[in-house]
Amino acid sequence: MIKEKSAHRITQLFRKKNEDSKIMSLFLTAGYPDLESTVDLILGFEQNGTDMIELGMPFSDPLADGPTIQYSSNKAIESGITMDGIFEMVRGVRKQSEIPIILMGYVNPVMRYGVEDFCKEASDAGVDGLIIPDLPVEESGILEEKADHYELPIIYLVAPNTSDERMRLIDEKSEGFVYCVSVTGVTGARDGEEVSKSVARFIERVKQNITKNSTMVGFGIKSHEDAEKIARDMDGFIVGSALIETIRSNYPDEGWMDEVFAFVRGLKYGNN
Amino acid sequence: MATYDLPTKTGYFGKFGGKFVPEILIPALEELEEAYEAAWKDQDFLDEFKRLLKEYVGRPTELTYANRLTEHYGKARIYLKREDLCHTGAHKINNAIGQILLARRMGKERIIAETGAGQHGVATATACAKFGMKCIVYMGAEDMWRQKLNVDRMRLLGTEVRSVESGSKTLKDATNEAIRDWVTNVEDTFYIIGSVVGPHPYPKMVRNFHRVIGEETKYQLKEVEGKDPDYLLACVGGGSNAIGFFHPFIENESVRMYGLEAAGHGAETDKTAATLSIGSPGVLHGSLSYLLQSNEGQIHLAHSISAGLDYPGIGPEHSYLHDSKRVTYKAITDAQAMEGVKLLSELEGIIPALETAHAIAYLDELMPKTSEDEIVVINCSGRGDKDMGTIAEHL
Repeated sequence: MIKEKSAHRITQLFRKKNEDSKIMSLFLTAGYPDLESTVDLILGFEQNGTDMIELGMPFSDPLADGPTIQYSSNKAIESGITMDGIFEMVRGVRKQSEIPIILMGYVNPVMRYGVEDFCKEASDAGVDGLIIPDLPVEESGILEEKADHYELPIIYLVAPNTSDERMRLIDEKSEGFVYCVSVTGVTGARDGEEVSKSVARFIERVKQNITKNSTMVGFGIKSHEDAEKIARDMDGFIVGSALIETIRSNYPDEGWMDEVFAFVRGLKYGNN
Repeated sequence: MATYDLPTKTGYFGKFGGKFVPEILIPALEELEEAYEAAWKDQDFLDEFKRLLKEYVGRPTELTYANRLTEHYGKARIYLKREDLCHTGAHKINNAIGQILLARRMGKERIIAETGAGQHGVATATACAKFGMKCIVYMGAEDMWRQKLNVDRMRLLGTEVRSVESGSKTLKDATNEAIRDWVTNVEDTFYIIGSVVGPHPYPKMVRNFHRVIGEETKYQLKEVEGKDPDYLLACVGGGSNAIGFFHPFIENESVRMYGLEAAGHGAETDKTAATLSIGSPGVLHGSLSYLLQSNEGQIHLAHSISAGLDYPGIGPEHSYLHDSKRVTYKAITDAQAMEGVKLLSELEGIIPALETAHAIAYLDELMPKTSEDEIVVINCSGRGDKDMGTIAEHL
């Protein structure tokens, strides 16, 4: 019953998407820059044009992430973030907002919490989906059944070196959307020109092979212009490291949150 | 345990193992698996591997009867399998040579590796020099200081050593950085993992490249004693020397096997690397195995006097052998290991690596339980030159 509501949020989002505009999803590390700000940041992101939130569950050894997200994860762990704290944050957002929230993180903390308890609590808190970058479809058995039971969609990733056949398998297994990793590499903002060149052929293949799900593109997007180029043929785009870097360079100056929100507006609408 | 045929096709030893990696690495692992399986059935590949082990590594390594050590305990006869006599001074070279041959076969030109104590880094740098390949080794800043001699050796061999400043600045973080490099440069890069850890097929592949240790022990001991050993002792960090040593004996249940892990200041303290003694199952660096972790699933920093054992995880096959009780794992403290270094040095004229010293130290507990007609073999995984700085500080 709970789940009808949450799976609903992602589907609804893509269903009511305007033809001309892209869905913008932002990645934020839970508990960064401090435990108190996460809920306010999410609500502020929404008010400034964000359609979906990927809330990072910090892990000590984030091997798919670049230095920026690794830094924010370490800060959050140092400040005492816990899985229950993250569920609490989602509940905090749910009191005021229906924005889709996806939990994103590595499989070890999920297993340590207990896969069933994790799915139950996440669903109960109002989480709409899971992205676990170190859980490829080969290993998804560890999570799938429980996630299914609590009606939590799992969103899988495809990369530029994923074969056509595998893209179709991932499309089949994925629910909500497929996360398209635009470059081979770890997370982190890159030269937009470079990304858009290498990404063209990949997006062509994505369009041919991913037919069941909507598609979101991430990794290396740092501006509205990047997003326009890279996500042109996708349903939306994801920004993480560039956002964390904006937070890092403004926090804890007075008015840091307003600076961050201005950056978010710029991402969605451009700076003109 | 009648027949032992693990891992499964998907890389599992019981519930341990697997391939927990980002999507980008899946095609690379599939390519590696295919290349490895084909190579392992290709007589030409096996012949070349064998030839290099003989001509370049110096195999077979000796099986030395430790007469004074035997007299010291007055019980079972003790033999030493001398991996310290391998070229570069440790067993690690067996695997580095094996993986370099595979990289060449796959047409990869750029080699990366991670290293803790530096022995795997030196072995990889050596193999790369031998075959003229570009090599980058990731090493924790803390380990670079502890193992300066090996850093200098790698640089002399033409390898670029990259200092890792994140986290504990030791092997765990060097491994994270190596994986990030691999994720970024997956098209032209071959990642030589230095232990029986990581995603499938690494634990299987590295084990098989080290099986020669146990196979030689088996026939060498047959020659002098006419039988299999009663006890095998090896140190365990990731566990590559131990698994190569144990593996050919797994089906012979009369062989009792002991893996000695690093207790650091004590397994019950927070300065320890005793993964199997106090850890719990979880996922780190691509496979499911025992780990040192917090209640929140964050990986703990490991501690050992030996940089080679200073790792919060362990190979998945060891986790399986631990749970199935085929191998007994015990934890040895830093202080006990130092006693082990002294004992072997004074009685046999062999200065063991600090890793190996953990296995030597277990003799104090094991030997009183043995009898004179029994045989103990200890795997001397490496020599102690690289540790002289640390050893001198503690004498």
